[in-house]
Amino acid sequence: MQSSLVRPAAIAGIGQTEFSKDSGRSELQLAAECVKAALDDAGLDPSDVDGMITFTLDNSDEIGLCRCLGVRDLSFTTRIPGGGAASAATLYQAMAAIGAGIAENVVIWRAMNERSQYRFGQPQVSGTVNPGGGTTFMEWCMPFGAQTPATWEALGAQRYMETYGVTNEDLGRVSVVLRKHAATNPAAWFYGKPITLEDHQQSRWIVEPVLRLLDCCQESDGGVALVVTSLERARDLRQPLVRIVGSAYSLPYNVEIITNYYHGDLSIMPEAAAVAKRLYRKTGLGPRDIQVAMLYEAFTPQVLKQLEAFGFCGRGEAKDFVKDGHIELGGSLPVDPNGGLIGEAYIHGMNNVAEGVRQVRGTSVNQVSKVEHVLVSSGTAGAILGRG
Amino acid sequence: MDPTRPDPIVTRDTDFYWEGALRGELLGQACAACGKLRHPPRPMCPHCHGVERKVVRLSGRGEVYSWIVPRHPAPVGFAESPIVALVELEEGIRIVSNVVGAAPGQVRQGLPVEVSFEPTRGGKAVPVFRPRGR
Repeated sequence: MQSSLVRPAAIAGIGQTEFSKDSGRSELQLAAECVKAALDDAGLDPSDVDGMITFTLDNSDEIGLCRCLGVRDLSFTTRIPGGGAASAATLYQAMAAIGAGIAENVVIWRAMNERSQYRFGQPQVSGTVNPGGGTTFMEWCMPFGAQTPATWEALGAQRYMETYGVTNEDLGRVSVVLRKHAATNPAAWFYGKPITLEDHQQSRWIVEPVLRLLDCCQESDGGVALVVTSLERARDLRQPLVRIVGSAYSLPYNVEIITNYYHGDLSIMPEAAAVAKRLYRKTGLGPRDIQVAMLYEAFTPQVLKQLEAFGFCGRGEAKDFVKDGHIELGGSLPVDPNGGLIGEAYIHGMNNVAEGVRQVRGTSVNQVSKVEHVLVSSGTAGAILGRG
Repeated sequence: MDPTRPDPIVTRDTDFYWEGALRGELLGQACAACGKLRHPPRPMCPHCHGVERKVVRLSGRGEVYSWIVPRHPAPVGFAESPIVALVELEEGIRIVSNVVGAAPGQVRQGLPVEVSFEPTRGGKAVPVFRPRGR
């Protein structure tokens, strides 16, 4: 269990902009809007904010954001490396800051025009190495034609697929579920647009024989923010309590974020397995105690590998777990009821974290019944959210 | 026809690898003190923490560990989609490269390969791999 000496933390507010392909405004404006929405949701004023967390990759500046909001005095800021792997890690850092008493009201944000202003999915062949961006060692890939996140992911995933006999059709079933979830979520870009497995199989290859178009997340414009405060403070605020029951981070030796080719066995996800172990040990909970899993899925294979790493099924069994309907609404472990990064939007994982909060509150448009605990995972980090 | 393949990004910690490729040599980095081989190259040995390193000639033989064919968006600098492979060398390190001289249908885990070299558009070179007999 978490030490009783550490002050527990809770997520008191969530906020987001619309998710689009062209926001028509600056990334800083998106950041300011989503943070203000999260503060309003919590019933807090910007003058209450004393902590800020974002991704190393976020283009907005803490000072610029404070100037928009009128934040008076920050006592804590940090930025998380690792691209989208940062998403669940923001909760870990916020929990640590609250627990240590170095901040009272921590704002987490991620805002980007990742479709209208630049596109993560386009080839990169030059430039400098980008420490902390999640693609630090892509320099080894680019002269060989592996120039996009889809190629970096697929080169590792192919080993997983060949080892366990996972086909692209198996991956397609993940996508069909996520698009089904998105279809009933008005905030989702693919609201009202479910797909069939046949649609998936007819979509063009992005990286053969691993990823088709419909295995890939979207490119999106938008912003998502959260407010984390102490559990004690959150009790007096506007929303139902959402406690960060536990959180964990792991970056094992020789593991990289997406160009992850150098650890022993590429058919497993050692960082997620280590996060699971730490998280379960810290909270005293296990996979059977979790009703909803918010899994980071820039690409469909990541869902399968996380299901296995967190012990929802055995190694190599995730394709059958999906095929048997477990990850759908109504199944034993609905995954990404918002539609995820594939169906709702790609706000670098933070929209999945926000959905995790809604599922605990009981306010999702795709609400799962009797939710006690929600897992939020982004591979190198995870958190379990629960009621107060 | 002039080469179109993108140039490697050369840094102070990795220049030997690309310079070797230009001479037609596949080179690795080992610790000068404890002798352990490592890839990707780095300025300190993770085993003994020595900063002195030596460049070693690698066999150039290995097996395909995993492979893909990037289709869309088309990789910059390639007339046709290349086969990108993770090659596990006999020395036990893995490197990202291409398999050339084979069709995608011929590539599989464990395919024996050996090194070859191809030029890049800016006058450098990179190691690639061809299928070989066992």
